Amino acid sequence: MSALTLDDIATLLLRGARQHGATAADVVVAEGDSLMVGVRLGTVEKVQRARAKHLGLRAFAGARSAILSTSDFTPAALEQLAADAVALARVTAPDPFSGLPEPGELAGAATSLDLFDPAVGQVTAEQATAWCLEAETAARDADARITNSEGAEFDAGSHLVVYAASNGFHGSYRSSSCSLSCVPVASQNGSMERDHWYSAQRRLARLDSPASIGATAAARALRRLGARQVGTAQVPVVFDPDMAGSLLGHLAGAVSGGAVYRGLSFLAGKLGEAIAPSFLNVYDDGTLADGLGSKPFDGEGLPTRRTPVLEGGVLSAYLCDTYAARKLSRRATGNAARSVGDSPHVSPTNFFLPAGTTPARELIASVKSGLYVTELMGFGVNATTGDYSRGAGGLWIENGELAYPVSEITIAGNLLQMFRDIEAVGDDLVMRRSICAPTIKIARMTVAGS
Amino acid sequence: MSTALEPRRFFLDRFALDERVLEDTIGTAIARKADFADLYFECRTSEAFVLEEGLVKKAAKNVSQGAGVRVVAGEKTGCAHTDDVSVETLRLASQTARTIADGSTAHAPVAVRAARPSHDLYALAQAPLTAALDEKIALLNAIDLAARAHDPRIVNVMASIGVEQKIVLIVNSAGAVVGDIQPLVRLNVTCIAEANGRREHGTAGGGGRVEFSFLSEGDRWRGWVKTAAEQALRNLTADDAPAGSMPVVLGPGWPGVLLHEAVGHGLEGDFNRKGTSAFSGRIGERVASPLCTVVDDGTIANRRGSLNCDDEGTPTGRTVLIENGILRGYLQDRLNARLMGVPLTGNGRRESYAHMTMPRMTNTFMLAGDSTPEEIIRSVQKGVYAVSFGGGQVDITSGKFVFSATEAYLIEDGKVTRPVKGATLIGNGPEAMTRVSMVGNDLKLDEGIGTCGKDGQSVPVGVGMPTIKIDAMTVGGTQA
Repeated sequence: MSALTLDDIATLLLRGARQHGATAADVVVAEGDSLMVGVRLGTVEKVQRARAKHLGLRAFAGARSAILSTSDFTPAALEQLAADAVALARVTAPDPFSGLPEPGELAGAATSLDLFDPAVGQVTAEQATAWCLEAETAARDADARITNSEGAEFDAGSHLVVYAASNGFHGSYRSSSCSLSCVPVASQNGSMERDHWYSAQRRLARLDSPASIGATAAARALRRLGARQVGTAQVPVVFDPDMAGSLLGHLAGAVSGGAVYRGLSFLAGKLGEAIAPSFLNVYDDGTLADGLGSKPFDGEGLPTRRTPVLEGGVLSAYLCDTYAARKLSRRATGNAARSVGDSPHVSPTNFFLPAGTTPARELIASVKSGLYVTELMGFGVNATTGDYSRGAGGLWIENGELAYPVSEITIAGNLLQMFRDIEAVGDDLVMRRSICAPTIKIARMTVAGS
Repeated sequence: MSTALEPRRFFLDRFALDERVLEDTIGTAIARKADFADLYFECRTSEAFVLEEGLVKKAAKNVSQGAGVRVVAGEKTGCAHTDDVSVETLRLASQTARTIADGSTAHAPVAVRAARPSHDLYALAQAPLTAALDEKIALLNAIDLAARAHDPRIVNVMASIGVEQKIVLIVNSAGAVVGDIQPLVRLNVTCIAEANGRREHGTAGGGGRVEFSFLSEGDRWRGWVKTAAEQALRNLTADDAPAGSMPVVLGPGWPGVLLHEAVGHGLEGDFNRKGTSAFSGRIGERVASPLCTVVDDGTIANRRGSLNCDDEGTPTGRTVLIENGILRGYLQDRLNARLMGVPLTGNGRRESYAHMTMPRMTNTFMLAGDSTPEEIIRSVQKGVYAVSFGGGQVDITSGKFVFSATEAYLIEDGKVTRPVKGATLIGNGPEAMTRVSMVGNDLKLDEGIGTCGKDGQSVPVGVGMPTIKIDAMTVGGTQA
C-alpha cells in the first residue's frame, strides 16, 4: 500500500482539514500487532494474529466540532474524511467551552517511560503455547479436585500512537503489553467453582511465572468449594487488593471532571472536604516507569503528571481534560484519554492508594465476625448518589480467621460512607493493573443473604 | 438506495478483488487437515450524536472495515484478521490461520456459490444511516425540551442517537457465500433530577433494526423521555431498599435480563461442550418450574437481537431452551455443534471481523402464562416489585447471577407502595428458576437497547418476559 508513515498521514489530514475550512483540528493514528494463544486441557485451542490500524480526525468549525474515524487508509478515503469532518461539525451546536488546549500547556520532548518492550512483539505462538501449558498444568496438578479447565491464555500487543494537532503538537510513542491468565474449575459433591489468576505487564520479563499463575488460580478456585450463604447482617468487610482496586475505580469515576460537571458524581461540590480518614492518600500518576496506565502525553498532547486526589483524607483534585477544566474553572491535569472514534474524555492513568503499614493478615485478624471479599459481581453502583449494592463472594471471617467460603450474597452501602468508614489499609499494594489498592477494611456494611 | 446493495459485489469492488481470490483464499485456509474454514468480510459504518446541557455537542462517524480468516481443526481454531484487505494480506492471513491444523499442504481452490439468507427480517424503505442529519439533530433538541418541560426538577438531560449499517459477507469451505446488510438504530435518554439537595437520574431508550422514523412513530421517543424523567423523579423520594431473602415480582419486558443471566449464558454451547456450565449434561432434566418456557429467537422482524443469518452464514432460528421447566437445548455455533454432534441453531456471533466467533444469544424471552399482573402483585405479603434494570452478570460455572434494579418498589399486603433505591438481586440460575411460582399473561419484549458482553465482545441482543413472581430471592439493599 502507500509508503506514507503514520506521521505523514497525521500531517496530511491536518492540512486537509484546514483546506476544507476547519478552524482547528487534531488527529490520532494508532497501529498495533497482536498475538493471542489459548490452550485447554493440555492442547492448543486457539491462535489469533492480527494487525490493525485506525485513525480519527476531529475538526472544529469555530466552536462546533465533529469526529470522523476509519480503518480505511486509502488516499481517496483520507481525502474524503477531512471534507466530511468539517461538514459534520457544522451540524452540531457551538459550544464555547470546546477547543484545543493552549500551546503553552503542551508536552515538550517525550520522556521515555519504558512503555515499550520489543520482546513482546517477538513472542512466537510456540513460546506462548508452552507458557500457557505450563500455567494450566500447574493448576490441574495442584489438587485432585481441579477437575476441569477453561484453559490458559497468553495475549501480547505492540502499539504505536501518533497524536498531532493544529496548535502545533506532534508526538508519538510506542507501547507494549502482555498477559498470561489461567481459569481452572474445581468440583466437589457435584458442584463446580471456577476462578482465575493472571499477570499483566508492559515488559515480558516482568510477567509472573506461568507455574505461579496456575497455582494461584487453582488455590483461588479450590477455596470457593463448599460455599454457603450467610444470614443478613451488618458486619465489617475486608476487601482483598483486587476488590479494593474496584473501590478505587469508583473513586476515579467520581473525581472525573466529566462526571462532576454533568452532576453525575457523588463527589460533585466536595472539593476541599474531608471525605475519608486522615491516613488516606490517593494519587493519579501517569509518569510511573513501566506503568500499565502510563503515557508520555495525554490525548490532547498535555504532559502526564502526578496528581494527589486525596491528601490526608481531603478531596484535593478533580481529574480534568481541557473541556472539563474549562467547565469547572480549573486546570487540565493531563488526564485526557482519546480513542480514535471519540472526542477526548477524562480517564485516570495509574490511580492508586499507596500501601499502609499494617500487614494484610492483621486486617483480617481484627475482625470477630465479618466478610473477606474476593469477588464482586454486577453493576449496582449509582455514580450520582454513591449508592452501592453488588453481588459478592469470598470467605467468612470468624474470630480473626478465614473460616469458610460464602457466595450468593450482596454487600451494600453508600460509597461516601464506605470511604469514611475505611478503618485500615494493608501493606500489600502490588501494581497489577492501572487502578489498584492494597487490602482495605471497611468498618461496617450490610451483607444480605438468606 | 440500499436495495441495490449486494454484499458480494460491494466487497469485491471495495477491495478490488475478484471471485477467484475468494476461492483461492478459502482454498489456502483449508489446505491442511482442517474441518472447516471461513472468511468474514465486514464494513461497518456508524454515526453517533450526543446532546447534553441543551447542546448537540458531539457528532461522530466511524467506518470500520476488514476481513477475518478462521480455520477449525477438531477443537482448535486459528484466526487472523486484517483491516488492510488485498490479495496479498488475505493469503497471508489464511496461511497464518491454518498453522493450527496438521498435515501437509494440498492447495486447491474451493468453488463458491452465492446463497441468500433464508430470512428478510429488516428490509427497510430507507436505511437509517441515510436519514437526514437535520432530523437526527432536531430529534435530540426536541427530547431536551420535552424532558425539561416534564418537570422543573429535571435539571439536565443527556440524549444520544446511534445509527449503524453493517455489511457482512461470509465465505466458507463448503463453498457457501452468504451476505447480509444489517441496519441498527438506538436512542438513549438520561434525565437528572434535583430537589432538596438530592440528585438522581433515570434512563430509558429504544430502537431496533428499523428506519430512523421508528423513533418518532406513535410518539415513541416521548414515551422514553417520560419514563426516564419519572424514574429520576421517583428515585428522589426512594427509601433504602430492604436486605435479605424475600419474594420478588419482576415487571414485563426489560427485566427479562433475568433470563439472559440466569439461564441464557449457561446454555451457550461452548460452556456445555466443555462441561463448565452449571447446566452441563442436564438436557431433559427439570431446571425451572413447570410454568417456565424460555426461547431464543433470532427471527423476529426488526428486533435489535435479530439477524437474517449468524456470523457463520447460518440462518437464525427459534430455539426452545426450556419447555415447561425441562431443559431442552443449547445455543450453538458451528464448532461446538459439530463437536457435540447436534444441529446448528444460528447463534454463532462475533463482535466484528477482528473477533472470534462464539455461541451467543439473540432475543431471549419467556412465553406468557395465565396470571394477570394484578393477581401476581396481590399474592405477595411483603416483597419487592422491580420494573427496570441496569444490567447483570453471571458465573456460569457456579450458576450465581446478579442483576441490578434501577427502579423498584416495596410490595406490602398485596399492594405496590413506596419506591425503593436500586439494589442488586442475586441468585443461582438453576435454582432461582425453580422458584418461579406465577407467570403473567403480559409478555413484552424490551425496547431495543440491550448489549451483551462475553469474553470482551459486545453484541446487540434482546430480552423479554411477562410479569413473574419468584418466591424467594436475595435482595441486596441496606435495610437489614
